[in-house]
Amino acid sequence: MRMVTYIAAMADVGENNGNQRRIAPGSGRRRSPAYHKGRQLDPAARDEMAALLGECPRAPDLLIEHLHRVQDEYGCLSAAHLQALAAEMRLSMAEVYEVASFYAHFDIVLDGETPPPPVTVRVCDSLTCAFSGGDALLESLPAELGADVRVVRAPCMGRCDTAPVAEVGHRHVDHADADSIAGVVQSGKLHPEIPEHIRFDEYVKNGGYTLLRSCIDGTRSVDDVIGAMEDSRLRGLGGAGFPAGRKWHFVRQEAGPRLMAVNADEGEPGTFKDRYHLERDPHRFLEGMLVAAWAVDADAIYIYLRDEYPAIREILLEAAADLEREGLNGNRAIHLRRGAGAYICGEESAMIESIEGKRGLPRHKPPYPSQAGLFGRPTLVHNVETLYWVRDILERGPAWFSGEGRNGRQGRRSFSVSGRVKEPGVKFAPAGLTAKELIDEYCGGMADGHTFKAYLPGGASGGILPAGMADIPLDFDTLEEHGGFIGSAAVVVLSDKDSIRDAALNLMRFFEDESCGQCTPCRVGTEKAVKLMSAPAWDKELLVELGAAMASASICGLGQAAPNPLLCLLKYFPEEVS
Amino acid sequence: MTEKITFTLDGKQVEALPDETIWQVAQRQGPPIPHLCYAPEPGYRADGNCRACMVEIKGERVLAASCIRKPVQDMVVNTTTDDAKSARRMVMEMLVADQPARETAPDPDSKFWAWADAMGVTDSRFPARAKTESDSSHVAIAVNLDACIHCNLCVRACREVQVNDVIGMAHRGHESKIVFDFDDLMGDSTCVACGECVQACPTGALMEANLVDEAGTRREFEDRHVDTLCPYCGVGCQTRAYVKADKILYVDGRNGPANEQRLCVKGRFGFDYITHSHRLTKPMLRRDDAPKDGALALDPANPWTHFRDASWDEALDRAAAGLRKALDEQGPSGLAGFGSAKGSNEEAYLFQKLVRTGFGTNNVDHCTRLCHASSVAALMEGIGSGAVTAPFTAADDADCIIVIGARPEQNHPVAATYLKNRAKQGAKLVVADPRGQGLGRHATHNLQFKAGTDVALLNAMIHTILDEELHDPAYLQSHTEGFEQLAERVKAFPPEKMAEVCGIDAETIREVARLYASSKNSIIFWGMGISQSVHGTDNARGLIALALVTGHVGRPGTGLHPLRGQNNVQGASDAGLIPMFFPDYKSVEDDGNRKKYEDFWGTELDPNRGLTVVEIINAIHAGDIRAMYILGENPAMSDPDQAHARAALAKLEHLVVQDIFLTETAWQADVVLPASAHPEKTGTFTNTNRQVQLAREVVPMPGDARQDWWITQEIARRIGLDWNYSHPRDVFAEMAEIMPSLANITWERLEREDAVTYPCDAPGEPGNAIIFGSGFPTASGRARIVPTDLTPPDEMPDDDYPMILTTGRMLEHWHTGAMTRRAGTLDELEPEAVACLSPGDIERLQLQPGQFVRVSTRRGSITLRVRLDREVADGMVFIPFCYTEAAANLLTNPKLDPFGKIPEFKFCAARVDATIQGQ
Repeated sequence: MRMVTYIAAMADVGENNGNQRRIAPGSGRRRSPAYHKGRQLDPAARDEMAALLGECPRAPDLLIEHLHRVQDEYGCLSAAHLQALAAEMRLSMAEVYEVASFYAHFDIVLDGETPPPPVTVRVCDSLTCAFSGGDALLESLPAELGADVRVVRAPCMGRCDTAPVAEVGHRHVDHADADSIAGVVQSGKLHPEIPEHIRFDEYVKNGGYTLLRSCIDGTRSVDDVIGAMEDSRLRGLGGAGFPAGRKWHFVRQEAGPRLMAVNADEGEPGTFKDRYHLERDPHRFLEGMLVAAWAVDADAIYIYLRDEYPAIREILLEAAADLEREGLNGNRAIHLRRGAGAYICGEESAMIESIEGKRGLPRHKPPYPSQAGLFGRPTLVHNVETLYWVRDILERGPAWFSGEGRNGRQGRRSFSVSGRVKEPGVKFAPAGLTAKELIDEYCGGMADGHTFKAYLPGGASGGILPAGMADIPLDFDTLEEHGGFIGSAAVVVLSDKDSIRDAALNLMRFFEDESCGQCTPCRVGTEKAVKLMSAPAWDKELLVELGAAMASASICGLGQAAPNPLLCLLKYFPEEVS
Repeated sequence: MTEKITFTLDGKQVEALPDETIWQVAQRQGPPIPHLCYAPEPGYRADGNCRACMVEIKGERVLAASCIRKPVQDMVVNTTTDDAKSARRMVMEMLVADQPARETAPDPDSKFWAWADAMGVTDSRFPARAKTESDSSHVAIAVNLDACIHCNLCVRACREVQVNDVIGMAHRGHESKIVFDFDDLMGDSTCVACGECVQACPTGALMEANLVDEAGTRREFEDRHVDTLCPYCGVGCQTRAYVKADKILYVDGRNGPANEQRLCVKGRFGFDYITHSHRLTKPMLRRDDAPKDGALALDPANPWTHFRDASWDEALDRAAAGLRKALDEQGPSGLAGFGSAKGSNEEAYLFQKLVRTGFGTNNVDHCTRLCHASSVAALMEGIGSGAVTAPFTAADDADCIIVIGARPEQNHPVAATYLKNRAKQGAKLVVADPRGQGLGRHATHNLQFKAGTDVALLNAMIHTILDEELHDPAYLQSHTEGFEQLAERVKAFPPEKMAEVCGIDAETIREVARLYASSKNSIIFWGMGISQSVHGTDNARGLIALALVTGHVGRPGTGLHPLRGQNNVQGASDAGLIPMFFPDYKSVEDDGNRKKYEDFWGTELDPNRGLTVVEIINAIHAGDIRAMYILGENPAMSDPDQAHARAALAKLEHLVVQDIFLTETAWQADVVLPASAHPEKTGTFTNTNRQVQLAREVVPMPGDARQDWWITQEIARRIGLDWNYSHPRDVFAEMAEIMPSLANITWERLEREDAVTYPCDAPGEPGNAIIFGSGFPTASGRARIVPTDLTPPDEMPDDDYPMILTTGRMLEHWHTGAMTRRAGTLDELEPEAVACLSPGDIERLQLQPGQFVRVSTRRGSITLRVRLDREVADGMVFIPFCYTEAAANLLTNPKLDPFGKIPEFKFCAARVDATIQGQ
C-alpha cells in the first residue's frame, strides 16, 4: 500500500506547463509527491497522544510504559498512534515499531487492519498446562466463545499448580475449562483479583522494617550486612546462582552512581515461586530490596514485573506508596516497570534493555551489570526470591540459611512443583533434596493413576531427567554433569501418561517463540530444531550437532539451554524417537 | 592507557592494543576469522550476533564472539578447536539453509558467499524457512529479505552511522524482520536513500536496484574501479566508482577524512547524469537565424533549433575572436568571466588567470557570490581568513553544537551525520532556523525564529553572555580587538526586548547563550540562511563575535564553520576565482600583491577590484560589459530576478558557454563548448574542511567533448597567451609555487594520500585541521569584533504580497538541477517543482496538497504544485530553485548585502493563489 496519498489523478498538465515540461531537464516521469517522504502525522492522533501522556516524562526509557498506556486506552496500537507516540517521544518510527512488535502483549494495527476484539483470552500452552488440558482448550475455545473473543496461546503464566490456566483480560482462571472461561467472559470482570496478603501495617506490627531502620540509622554497618550475606551462602535464586553477598560487594566497589534492578519477570515455565511470595508477603521482599539498595548505595530501584502478574502490580503499587509515605525508601526512587510479554526479559541484561525502553536483547558479557548495567551504570540485579530471604537471614543470622540443606548441600529453596503429583505448589525445602524426596515428602506422592517417569529439575531450560535419576541432590552445580540444571527450581513431574518427545517439542516451540532473535544459533537454531523435531523421523545426528552449536555459541542462557530437553531426550529416552 | 595486552592466540604469544578485539588481532596476525555481522569499517560497532566468529577462551564455559571480545592479559584463545570450528560451520550451515539458491541470489558474489566458500559450507542439511516477498518499491534500492541474515548491519548503518533512523529490526525470534518505519515498503518510507545499508549489507538483501534483474538477481558486475570524489556538495566525500565497459555501474563511499565511507543519495546514486542524452558532445555555434532573447526557452534535447555543430577549431576561433573583439573595442572592462566551483582547483586557477592576464580585468566571479560571499566577507574582516577554522568532524569533540541557518541533512547530508552522531553521544545540539528540520529531533533546543531576525537573536545571546559574565576576558584580551564597542552595542539587545523581534522567548535565548558560552567546547555551523540576506555579513559577524567573546575558536571541538555549498567552492575561491582577490586572498588593490602576481605571470594586471556576479549582470544591462566567457556556471538559473539576468545574457554581444549540458545560460550563447564532467577529469578539489583531495578520471568523455583545462588553454592561446600546460599537474605545480596555502602539498603526495588538509606544516604532516589557536592572520594578529545593528529584510510582506518566499535546495537536487535532474534516480525521487506550504496555510488558502498554485512576487510568477510541509512556518512558502520549469529565481529579490554583495534569496514578499492550471 502506498503511504503517500496522492490527490485524485489529474488530467494531463496544462498547455503552458506541458511545454515547460518538455524543456525541463528532468523527464518528469512521475508526479511529485504532495507530502514529504513517508507516513504523514495524523493531527488528531497527535492531539490524542499529547493528552494521553499528559505530564508524563517523554524519556526514551518510558517507551514500553507509554505503549501500555496506548494499548490500555485504545485496545491496540494503531499506526497513527504509534507515529504520534514516536513524535511525542522524539523517537524514530522504526525504534517505536521494533519495540512494539517485539512484545507479545502489544497489538499493532496497521492501516486497513482490523483491531482485535475487545476481549482476549490467553490460554497457557506451556508444558504443565498443555499436558493438563490446555492444548485441548486452545482447540475448542474459539468456537465456543465466538468471534467477539480472541483466543490466543500464551506462555507460562506462573500458576502451574492450578493447570490448566487461562487469562481473560487481566483476570486469571485457574483449573480452567470452557465453562469457567465463558463465565468470566460473560461476567465482564476482566480486572485482576487481588489475593489476600500481608499489608504494610500488619507487616510492621510483626517487626517488619526494623531491620531496614537499623541499617539506615547506623545500628548495622554495611560491612556487617554484606558479611552476613556472604556467610549465609545465599545464591541468586532466579536461576544463575551467583552468591548474593559477593554481588553486593562487587557492586559496592564500583564507582557511583549505582542503580538496582529487581527481576520480577519470572517466566521460566513451571516457575511460580516469586508470584507466591509477592502475593502473600510483598513487604518482606521490599524490605530485602531496600536493605540491598542501602548496602550498595543505589540511587534508584527499578522493579521489572512481568505483565502476566497484574494483581501483583496492584499490590506493589500500593506497597510502594506506603514506603514513600513512610519515607522508608529515603531518596531512592522506586520505579515499577511493566513487562509486556517476553520470556527473554527474565535474562538480566535483556531485562535491563527492556527497562531502558528497548527490545529485550541480552547483552554481551563482559561487562557484567555490576560493572555497567542499567543506563550504563553499575547495577545490582536480583531476583525477587533472593531478596525475599534477606530479612530472615539478617535477623536470624546467616547460619539459619546455610544450616539448612540435605545430601551434603547447604541452604533452602522454594521449589515450584507442578505436573503429575498429588499436591503441586510452592514447597519450602532444603537445598539438595532429591526429586524423589520432594515428590514423596512434600507433594504427597504421584497423582492417582500416574507412574513417575521423568522430571524437569529446572523448568523448560533445565533438561529432562528420567525417574531413574531422581536420586540426584537438587541444587546448583549438581545436575550439570547430567545435562541439566536446577535454575529457578521449577520441578515439573511427568508420568507414564506423558510423551517425553512431545514434551521436548513443546519446550523447543516455547524457545522458538521466545527467542529474541538476536543471534543465529538461537534464532535459526530453535526454528530448525522445531522443524526437524516435528518430522516423523528425526535426523538425530544433525540435531545433536545443532544442539552443541546452540549450547556453545548462543549469546545468552536461552539459546545455550534451549537444546537441553532435546539432548536429554536423545540421551535418556532414545526409545521415544525414531 | 596505551599499554599492550599480551595473550595467547592459537598457541602464539601476541600483543593487542587496549581497545582491540580478538578478531582484530587475528586479522592482523592471520589467519582471519570469518565474520558476517561485523564490518571492520569506521563507525560500525561490533554487535556479535551472527556467531560466525566464535573462538574458544580457556576456562570459559561457552565460546566467545571474537569480533566483540577484547583480550585480557594472559588470556588463552584458540580459534581452531573442534568446538569453535564446528560452531562456526554450523552457524554458516543454518544461514545457508535460508538463503536463496546462489545462482538466483541477489548477489552471488556477496561477502556472505565468499565466506561460505572459504569455510566450505555452501550446502545445508536444514529445511529452509518460508520465502518472503521482495520489495521493489524503491527506485534505487532493491530489497530482497530472503537473503537477510539478520546481521543488523543495515540497522547500524541507518541508525548509528548515518542516523537516518528508518530501518529497524522488528518482531522477534525467527520472525525477526528488517523493517522500514512501520514495516512500510521502502519506497513509501522516510528513507532518504543514502544507501549506507546497501554498502553495509553482506548478502545483497539490500542491493543497488540497477544491478539486479527483474527477479532480483545481480546481473551487472564491474570490470574495474577508480577512486575519486563525489561531484556534488562541499563535504567532499571520497568515492570509489565501479565501472563496466567505461560506464559507471555503481558508487561506494571510501574512507576519506570527510566521509569515512558515508555518502548521500546524490553521491551514491546520482552518477548517471554524465550519460544523459542531453549531454553536449560537439562544439556548437549559434545559428545566424536564431536571435537571442531572454524569454527564450530551448529544448536541451534539440539544440539545433538555435545552434549548428562546428569543429573545435572553428568554435574556438569564434569564441576567441568575439572576446578579442570586445577587448579591442571596449578594453578590459568590457569583458567578464564566470568560472565554476564545480571544476577543479586547476581549472579555476586557469580561468581566473585567463580573465586577469588575457582579458586584463578582475571581472571574474563564480557562485560563491550567491552562497557564502557575506560569510567570507565577515570572516576576512574578522579573523583574516575566509575558510573554516575547524572541520565539521570537530563536532566529535564538541559539547555544544549550534547549527543556524543551515539544513545539513538536506544540503550537507554526510556532514549532518557527524552532528547527529555527536548529539546521540550526548552533546547539546541547538538548531536555529525559521524552517523546522529533521535534525531538530536530535536537538536539545530548536529555535524556529522569525525569518530575517538573525541579528536580533545573536545580539541577544551576546547580551546575555556579557550580562551574566560568561565571556572569556583572558581570551578577549590576548586575541581580539573591538570588544568594547560590541559590549556597548549589545546593551541595546536584551533578550526580553529581542524576544518579540525574533519570536524566541527570552528565557530560551538566555538558556542557549549560557549553554554555548559555558560548554567546554562549542562550535558553530551555518549555511545560507545566514549568508543569503541583505544583512548576511552582519549575521556572520554576530556568529564570529559569539565565538570570540567566549573564546570558542582554535581548540578541538570549537570553531566557526560555514558549510560550503559546492564541491570546490573553497578551492575555487582559494584559487582566485573572485573579483577582489588574487589566489590565496591577496587583494588585487594592494600594490605589493599585484606586483608579486605581475612578476609571476609576467604581465600587467588590473589594479581595481572587479565586479561581482549580480554587478556584472547589471553592467551588461548598462552596456558596460559586452562579452563573457562562462564556464560551468548557470546564472540564468542561479541569479536572483531571473528575467533580469536572462535579459542581460541575451544582451551580450558575445557569450561563450563551456558546459556539459545546454544550460539555460547556454540558450543565449554564441559559442557552446562541450566540456568534461566530474567523473571524466583528474584534478584537485578543496572541500569545506580545507581538505585538498584528488579526483581521478573514471570514464572517458563522450563524443568530442574536451577537458575544461584544455579548452580554457585553447582560448587563452587564441587571445595571445603563451600557455603550454600538458596536464592538470602542471597547473597544480604553478599554483603551489605562488600559493602559500598549498605548502607541503604536492600532486604526487595527493596521488599517494588522496587528501591533505591545508595549511600543512611539513610533507609528512596531515595538515592542520583546527587553526587559529594562537592568533589570527590579521595585521595585528588579533581578531576583530564588529558590532552589528538590526536591518530589516529589503522587502517586507504587505497586503499585496502577504507571505514570505524563501528558496533553497532539496536533498535530491543540487544547485540549479542541471546535473541532478538528469540523474535517473534523483529525477525519479523528485521529478517536479514544488512549493512547500505549512498545513495551516494550505487550509487557510483552501488548497489541496498536490494541486497547482501560482506563486507571485513583484518580479514574476510561477506555477507549481503544492506540497504540505510541517517544517515550513505559517506565512512562509519555500521553493527549491532547481526547477527550470518553475524557476524560483524568477521571483527572488536581487537586493544585495553591501559587503558580501550576496542577494537576498532567503526573503522576499510573495503571494500564493490557487490556480486551475493542470486540473
